[in-house]
Amino acid sequence: MNHSTVLALGQAAQTENLAFWVLAVMSVAAALGMVLARRAVHCAVLLAVVMLSLAALYAELGAPFLAFVQIIVYTGAVLMLFLFVLMIVGVSSRDSLVETIRGQRLAAGLVGIGLLILLALIIGHAAIGPAAPPSAANSASNLPGIATLIFTTYVFPFEVTSALLITAALGAMVLAHRERTKPKPTQRELARLRVASGRPAPLPGPGVYALHDAVDMPALLPDGTPSNLSVSPVILQRELGADESRAGPPARAGELEAGTGENTEQPEGARW
Amino acid sequence: MVGPAYFVALAVILFVIGGVGVLTRRNAIVIFMCVELMLNAVNLAFVAFSRMHGNLDGQVIAFFVMVVAAAEVVVGLAILTAIFRARRSASVDDANLLKY
Repeated sequence: MNHSTVLALGQAAQTENLAFWVLAVMSVAAALGMVLARRAVHCAVLLAVVMLSLAALYAELGAPFLAFVQIIVYTGAVLMLFLFVLMIVGVSSRDSLVETIRGQRLAAGLVGIGLLILLALIIGHAAIGPAAPPSAANSASNLPGIATLIFTTYVFPFEVTSALLITAALGAMVLAHRERTKPKPTQRELARLRVASGRPAPLPGPGVYALHDAVDMPALLPDGTPSNLSVSPVILQRELGADESRAGPPARAGELEAGTGENTEQPEGARW
Repeated sequence: MVGPAYFVALAVILFVIGGVGVLTRRNAIVIFMCVELMLNAVNLAFVAFSRMHGNLDGQVIAFFVMVVAAAEVVVGLAILTAIFRARRSASVDDANLLKY
């Protein structure tokens, strides 16, 4: 090994060090933000940051296969699923700040600190040696090595995994399925309902004018008053944090109880 | 050189953060996300130990953990939508029919 390779190795180690510290700080900050963020969507985005930095850390640890699986399975599939469910359950769903059990946050913080101290003591006493010298495990043969292990030593757990996945898919279908409890309304009934609801016409469109090119602007009625019916309740609800003066969706939800026609939008989350 | 011990320490920190999140949050979806964070932290520890020993068993276990976590998320989120449909809420405080 001549002088230049030693120098190059040193530089590579420095780059790895820098990458580790940047990724560690980023993932811990994003994880803390995830626990503290009040909106569920923000939590999901911060979780994506954590998972992507963990993928980079896997790559640094010599596990390129797991790095890509992390990105594809976690960031791609699992987080997409989370965001889909958030879309169904309500984008604006926030945590309530009311403590149901008194002193729960304080107790949880204490438990967290205790767990941290306990685990730190354990890994402090454990003999975590230095990284093994570069071997077949973390070189270019990483992928064939994992494939060999999965299809020889771990072939039975691997087969059991397929049963687990099929069961999970069936379970999800059964749980998410909804039985129709009453017959589907015919077009005649829907038309009757719409006329009976007092609003036979479709809802007004949003007021997208030259001054305000956005769907969150309510349309103006002939007498000049803004019509809240013209803005989607989801948008109204999302804007409530910024603009409390606007009429919220509850006024609208009550009005729409009667009709189940195509054009009446039910409150957020009611559609599947 | 940053050794596997640093990665294990990072895994511990992420695991504790996830655990505190599970204990404090009330939205069931966010609790799920915190559980995912804990699983990810354990995966990081597995991969770090795999690097330390220079063999691939840790990486294979981490791979199985990922598969199980994916299945768990699918079923869990289906349960959440079912609960939301019945209770109109994603808060864990509102699903209390089995209490007492």
